[in-house]
Amino acid sequence: MATFAPERRSNRRAGEVGAASVGAMEQTAAARQAERPPLDAESSRWLADLRSGGRTYDEAVERLHSLLLGAARHEVRRRRQSLPSLRGEELEDIALQAADDALVSVLRRLDTYRGLSRFTTWAYKFALLEAAVALRRRAWQGREVTLEPEGWEAFAGARGPVEDSEQAELLTAVRVGIDEALTSHQRKVLLALAVDGVPIDVLADRLGSTRGALYKTLHDARRKLRAHLTEQGLALEGGAS
Amino acid sequence: MEDILHRILGPAEPEIGCVECFEELDRYVEAEIAGGDADAAVPGLRAHLDGCPACREEHESLLELVRGGA
Repeated sequence: MATFAPERRSNRRAGEVGAASVGAMEQTAAARQAERPPLDAESSRWLADLRSGGRTYDEAVERLHSLLLGAARHEVRRRRQSLPSLRGEELEDIALQAADDALVSVLRRLDTYRGLSRFTTWAYKFALLEAAVALRRRAWQGREVTLEPEGWEAFAGARGPVEDSEQAELLTAVRVGIDEALTSHQRKVLLALAVDGVPIDVLADRLGSTRGALYKTLHDARRKLRAHLTEQGLALEGGAS
Repeated sequence: MEDILHRILGPAEPEIGCVECFEELDRYVEAEIAGGDADAAVPGLRAHLDGCPACREEHESLLELVRGGA
């Protein structure tokens, strides 16, 4: 079972390759070489064309950009209802910028493509990531992100009475655990992401951090909180400890 | 209330992080579409999707895009 291994991921945004991790990633890639299936013809052609030169390369880059733009537009369509204030041309600009950024990422990381999926599936995810991050940032543009401990009090008070006594007990224990078991930074990150619903990319921007680093903080906070609750003798869903 | 508790406590199972999730997402999605055991192919990814809304959204989007024959 693969488990969370923060030492390899703590300082990179999803999709980015940190210099410190290159060696580890190369080892991983080499270890997986043996399990790599033969490339399908279409993926082989993509790789050959993007590694060629001249007109073949230029045309492949153009086709790739068109492919990525289609994926970015797909992401924009999925989210446009959450951004009613944006006009069509603004959404198209976001899609275009996402496709441009994704093209750079794909060409830069071409040698990391392992052939474990079709090339197009591998490339799509870069465009989806760029578009999703841009749209989340846009949705939170100008919105304040509160990182104060009072946020938890406001949340708990707004929910009203809890009828289920077991849940009420668990909720109280969670509140105590958040206050007592977590560091100040863990508390702020947990409340912002899990209670206030701040997107992780937006919080990373506001804190000058990265998605990977913030998720590690969230993961560690959850683990400490679960351990605290288990120590209190509380049963958790999933049987976690 | 269950929802907020789940968001706070996250998945109980071991999980991978956001960066590894991104690295493996294409393989995972193709395994899902092929009807294979995606969770066995990439252990810990399903739990991560359960705990990370951003990666979950990107997984849903890629699955929809590839499944749609794009």
